[in-house]
Order: sequence, then structure tokens, then C-alpha cells
Amino acid sequence: MIVLCLHLVDKQHNSSGKLTECNDAVFVYDRVMSNLDSYFPLQNGRTHEAYGPAAHAFAFSLAGHLCRSTDKTILWIRQAWASEHINPVGFSQYFPPQCLLLAQANTHLDALATAEEALRDGSITLVVIELSQPIGLTEGRRLQLAAKEGNTMGLCVLPEGMGSNAAQTRWCCSPVFNATSQATGSTLQRWEIIKNK
Amino acid sequence: MRHRLKRAGLDGRIAAADTRGAAWALSHYGGKAHKLGNQDEDITSLPVAALRLNTKVDTALQRLGLRKISDLAALPRKTIARRFGPEVLLRLDQAIGEKNENISPLKDAPHYGVRMTLPDPIGLHTDVMAGTERLLIRLCDKLKTQYMGARMLQLSLRRVDQGTQQVELRLAVPMRDAARMLPLFERGVSEVDAGYGIDQIRLEAIQVEPLPHEQITYNTTARPEGLDDLITRIGNRIGLDNIQRFLPADSHIPERSFQIASAAYSDPEEIWPGTRPRPLRIFTPESIAGGGPQPPVQFRWRRMSLTTGRATGPERIAPEWWLSDDTWHTGIRDYWHIETREGRRLWLFYTPQKPGWFVHGEFA
Repeated sequence: MIVLCLHLVDKQHNSSGKLTECNDAVFVYDRVMSNLDSYFPLQNGRTHEAYGPAAHAFAFSLAGHLCRSTDKTILWIRQAWASEHINPVGFSQYFPPQCLLLAQANTHLDALATAEEALRDGSITLVVIELSQPIGLTEGRRLQLAAKEGNTMGLCVLPEGMGSNAAQTRWCCSPVFNATSQATGSTLQRWEIIKNK
Repeated sequence: MRHRLKRAGLDGRIAAADTRGAAWALSHYGGKAHKLGNQDEDITSLPVAALRLNTKVDTALQRLGLRKISDLAALPRKTIARRFGPEVLLRLDQAIGEKNENISPLKDAPHYGVRMTLPDPIGLHTDVMAGTERLLIRLCDKLKTQYMGARMLQLSLRRVDQGTQQVELRLAVPMRDAARMLPLFERGVSEVDAGYGIDQIRLEAIQVEPLPHEQITYNTTARPEGLDDLITRIGNRIGLDNIQRFLPADSHIPERSFQIASAAYSDPEEIWPGTRPRPLRIFTPESIAGGGPQPPVQFRWRRMSLTTGRATGPERIAPEWWLSDDTWHTGIRDYWHIETREGRRLWLFYTPQKPGWFVHGEFA
């Protein structure tokens, strides 16, 4: 089980909370910013966005949380030409890798269409879409409608500044070096909520 | 037949006779010059090996001086049976035609295709779907009697102007449930250009797999049907092989510690080996500047200047010498888990046999 230390920042409400020693499923934190449960796990039936160097860790934490609570499959859509690969041995500490299906999309459009289809279907609990190109407002809205119809959560992992305004929340995720912790393998994260509808 | 074989570049020997045994004998030992019809003389002058006997019996007969079938036939039957067993007599009788020999030809493979010809051309989407439904029900009944399930279906729509439109459907699991299969055709049929109308619909199962009835018990884990249908639908857009799942593999090489298999043709495996922490993402190793076996204090990676905050390692991984792998030609690797002061946690390795530092992956 991975221990995730979190530093959660809400830019819109000018508040921040230091979260320490979160056991991924149960979050414990020092100072109450507001209830973390109101943020995480994210709202179902909507699509969200995450960017930043730790966006993948964010996606895996979310997937692990949903995988445990719903016992359904996660669909991970990646672009077939991307050189970076997710490593099942690496994310097996978040959730069992057999819960994840991988879809290799050859084009940006295929990735979006696959995501829409999967979101609408409802037999999947979370659709993670790795993208390298910006999403337009129309596409974002279509994903949003599909997620609502299938009551599924969607998460777009994309480079900074490429999201669409249709997203429910947008998170900037970055890892933070934890100098105080003596244990090796620190996992302190800083998750900033940039946008919250 | 001989001409056709010759055209194909094959040298064939053909014989026709009243019995199967005689035909075999003539074609194998008769030479080319025999005439059709007078098989009795022909066959008796052939060597005993022409009776489809095994080599041991054949040699034993030859040692006794019984070279031709006529020699054998002249002997009293009792002696032959006592000496060589019933097989020789059986073969002899079969060749001469005193005992009949059953021929069991191979069965034709059942054809899983149905079609419907329409008196008036149709063009509406709903009409085509209704036609497809009727064909599907017929096809599924046929599949059911053979205990088969369709894996790949092809719907051919012939238009009035003789043009043919085809809709292919590859399924994530073998299926023979018409009600479940029909909605999967929706997308393909909607893309068809009906032109002046369609007057014939053909539906064929191109690939079929055995699909026996399953016993349902209290501990049967129901396969999520919705998920299979979703895989089929997505697979028909991006290719069924592009929907994949991870399977564990027995290797300590990070890139080979898992396999990627097509989700439609594999089953999930539950046991994943617990190893030392591995990065969430791996990529092709990217070279960075650094010298010596100790991890660099400062380095540049992807145009970022990073400072090592904490380094854990090394963990030595040796290449698998029994497999040739170009990416591992630099020999053994010493892996380090580097936590940078800037936050990013990287997986670096040093190659002592060919000094150099590389970034191979990124942790959470």
C-alpha cells in the first residue's frame, strides 16, 4: 500500500492544507482546509483535468480509490505513438493491474471518440485519457455529456494549458521533495486545484 | 486430373480400380502403363507390399519367396492367417474386393452464412437493421446447434446497382446472442451508403470459435457483459488488438516484467510479483551527463536543471544473456532512485561496463 503525503492547495478559496501520512484510502491531515472529501475523489459523472509532472500519480491515486470502492474496470487511453509507457509493476501498489484496460489510439480524434464511447457506456468506472494536443470546447463538452449519461468519471491527463473550459475541475500536480522525512521514497505531493466549477 | 496436376507442376500417379485397396496398389506400384478395367491381372502381378502391409510383414513374406500377390493368393488361407495374423488376409480381401472397406470422407465444414433477398430495395437505416436482425436470429440458431460462437462477422449489402457494401464486426468474445449482437452493428450500418437501395443482405460468420454451454453454479463469476460489448464497440473503431491488458511476465528486466496482450484474446491474471519499488512510467533511456559510479549531484534532464536530494541504491540488474536485446548491449545496470530537490523522483541507472548515466523512468 502506498503512503501518499499530500499538500492540497485551493487557489480559488485561498486556502491550503498540509496533508501528511495519507494512506491513500484514508486521508489524515494537520490543518483542515475544508473537507478533502469534497474534493477527492472527484465528482462522479463529470470529466476532470490534471496536468503537471505528478499528473500520473494523481490519476493512479484516483484510479486506485475508485477501483477499490466500485470494483469496476479502469480504461486508460494512451496515444499509440507516445514513447512513455505506464508500468504495471509500478502502479500495482495503487491497484491491481488486472483492473486496467489499455486502449491505444492512433489519432487524437480516435482517443477522444474512444473516451466518449467508454464514458457513455457506464461499465467502466474511470476513463483516463492521456493527450498531447489541446481539447476544444466542443470536445470537452461532449465528453462531459457522455460522462453524465454513463455516470462515469473521466480524467484528462494533458500538458499545461491544453485543457478545455468544459472540465469540472483542473488540478496542477507536482511532486515535492520531502527533506524532513528520513524514510526513503518520499511521496509528498502538491495538488493544486486551479479550477472548480 | 493428370493434366491439371501437371499444370500445377506436380507429378502424380493416378489409378482407378474397383476397390480402394486395388487403386492404392496400382497407383503406388502399378507404373504408368496400366490400363483401366483389367485390374485382376494387374494387381496379382504386383509385389506384396502393394497390399498396404507394414514393412515387417512385407519383409517376412519376401523371405519366404512370396514376392507377388498371386503367390500369396495361391497359398491356403489358414496358413497365412496362422503365420502372419489376420491383417494380411484382410488386406488381400480388401484389394480383391471380397471384403468391403468403408470409406469415411471428411465432413464439409459447416458454413455459417445466411442471406435474404428483398423484392423491393430498402434504404432506411431502420429497415437494414430489421433485416440484419432477422438474419442474425437465423445465424445464431445455426451457431447454437453446432455449439459455436462467432468471433468475426461480415454483413454484405448488395445494392441495386450491383455495388456491394460490407460491414465487418469483430467481437471481443465469441457470441451467439442475437439481441446482444444487433446493437453492435449499429455503427457500421450507419456508415453504409445505400445508394439506390439494397436488395440483398448476406450475413456470414467468418471466424467462429467453440462456445460450449457453461454450467452456472453459485460461484460462477459472471463476466461483465457490458465490458465485452464496450471492447467490441471501441475495437471496431480503433482496432480490436489495440485494446490491451497487462499480464505479468517472469523477468527482472523492467521493460520485460510485464506483457501487453490483446484484451479480447486473453484473460486477466491476478498474481503480480511483488518487487522493489518500480517507477510509474518508463521510457526509452535518456542520456544525462554524469561521471563515476556515484549518482551526479546536479544534472540536466529534459532542459531542466535538477539537484539530487536523496539517492537510494544501487540496485544491480543484469541483462538476460539468453535473449539478445539491443537496448541492453551496455551490459549490467546499477539503478538508483533519485529524489530531486525540485520534486521529481527519477529512476536513473549507471552502466559500469560502458560508463554513462541514463534516466529510465519516473516515480510518483
